[in-house]
Amino acid sequence: MAKHDFGYFAHEGLSNMFSHGFMSFAAIGITVACLLIMGTFTLVAVNANGLLEDLEQENEILAYVEDTYTEAESKALQKKLEAIPNVVSAAYISKQQATEDFAARYPDEQLFQNLDPEIFRDRYVLKVANLERQGETVEQIRNTPGIANVNAHEEIAGGFVTVRNVATVVCVALIAILFVVSVFIISNTIKLTTYDRRDEIAIMRMVGATNGFIRWPFVYEGFLFGILGAVIAFFLQWGLYEAVARGVANNDTLQLIHIIPFEQLWVPVAEVFAGAGIVIGVGGSLSAIRKFLQV
Amino acid sequence: MIRLKDVEMEYENGTKAIRGITLTIEDGEFVFLVGPSGSGKSTIIKLLTGEVEPCAGRIMINGFSVSNISNRQIPLMRRTLGVIFQDFRLIEKKTVYDNLDFVMRAVGASPKEIRKRIPYVLELVGLGGKADRYPTELSGGEQQRVAIARALVNNPDTIIADEPTGNLDPDRSLELMSLLVKINELGTTVVVVTHEKDLVDRFGKRVITIDSGHVINDSVGGYVGGRIHG
Repeated sequence: MAKHDFGYFAHEGLSNMFSHGFMSFAAIGITVACLLIMGTFTLVAVNANGLLEDLEQENEILAYVEDTYTEAESKALQKKLEAIPNVVSAAYISKQQATEDFAARYPDEQLFQNLDPEIFRDRYVLKVANLERQGETVEQIRNTPGIANVNAHEEIAGGFVTVRNVATVVCVALIAILFVVSVFIISNTIKLTTYDRRDEIAIMRMVGATNGFIRWPFVYEGFLFGILGAVIAFFLQWGLYEAVARGVANNDTLQLIHIIPFEQLWVPVAEVFAGAGIVIGVGGSLSAIRKFLQV
Repeated sequence: MIRLKDVEMEYENGTKAIRGITLTIEDGEFVFLVGPSGSGKSTIIKLLTGEVEPCAGRIMINGFSVSNISNRQIPLMRRTLGVIFQDFRLIEKKTVYDNLDFVMRAVGASPKEIRKRIPYVLELVGLGGKADRYPTELSGGEQQRVAIARALVNNPDTIIADEPTGNLDPDRSLELMSLLVKINELGTTVVVVTHEKDLVDRFGKRVITIDSGHVINDSVGGYVGGRIHG
């Protein structure tokens, strides 16, 4: 006696899917729609996050060295500054370099072309890893002996942090809601296909089939719904993403926005779609069939 | 063996369907269970198949105590039974062969056993050449034979037939009942629920008559009881 014939269950799941064509089409269609909505939203969030990271990278802190310090003393500060927690880099800019940079910024202003470097200070351009901790990092830089003054855009940094936190919370909440809604819709769609087959289930129970035997073909069917929905949603998502990326690249205003190439994203997208599709399909099936399995 | 001892059954809506029934059906017996509509016949079938639980009393069927059976044991108990319904309850999207195949797979039969058993059972019920047909391509009598084949295929100890001739003409009804008698002669206990007096009288088997939830007669021979259709 074979305890479980999984080949048979898989065959039954597949043939059930084809024999209940319209309901299967509905279940797969809803899986595709749910994954596509979740996927699109997630990809927008990922790109927005990438954009914020780029902007964060450009956020710099300027630390000016005391006038009394010689060039050698100024350069010696670099190690101290880099040792401060949260500081990613500290680039030294001499008075001479600062003068040249200033002149280069205003090439049409003759007045600025021959300035005395002594009116500038040696300085460091610092970048931080975590913008949320920028305030305390600035304080530590300010307290470093040899640093006369610090110039940091704390409001801008705070703005970035707020935007990112709000975006993350909204994103996670929306994706969670969409996921629950998807499972609910799929569960109800499969419930309809199950209702269609309540006589079949009643016969199975009457001849002594265990709940496991009755359940497995539905689990396979749900799995197939999920995986097929995931594959279709993946290709649609790919096409949609490329179309939007092309549109952004061809738009004079929007082309400044850097869109992450799909080649960098397709592996996680495929994994998440497959995983979510299977969870939605199998979870929906199990929840739908539960009430029919009460003896 | 089937044994009911002081069994009572009341539905949630307050209907008292069975009022203290005690009866025994020995292995290998052929029994007609008769009575008017609403007499409690169908409730007895539901009690025997574990679809409902008795409110009082004890039910033993083929070694299982149905009155306090666990959910895990119900499928095992049902495998000792073959149930035939008035409306056949075949799966229309499966062929005759597949209707029997899934029943054998449900109890864990191997593909080899299935390939051997199904042709034998179909031959026994006179449907040897119709394995690849779909139920909708068969006559009512043939569909009921498929239902009998399905009830037989797992070699149950007992066959319970609930109004099996209800949808058949008199000739087909007689043929079908003769088939059940033949199956009984091969050693299977058969319980037939019916209210067809002529058919019951014709076979001269044991007849248990139920009315208003009581056994009002238990004898060999013919149909006893005034009302047939309630």
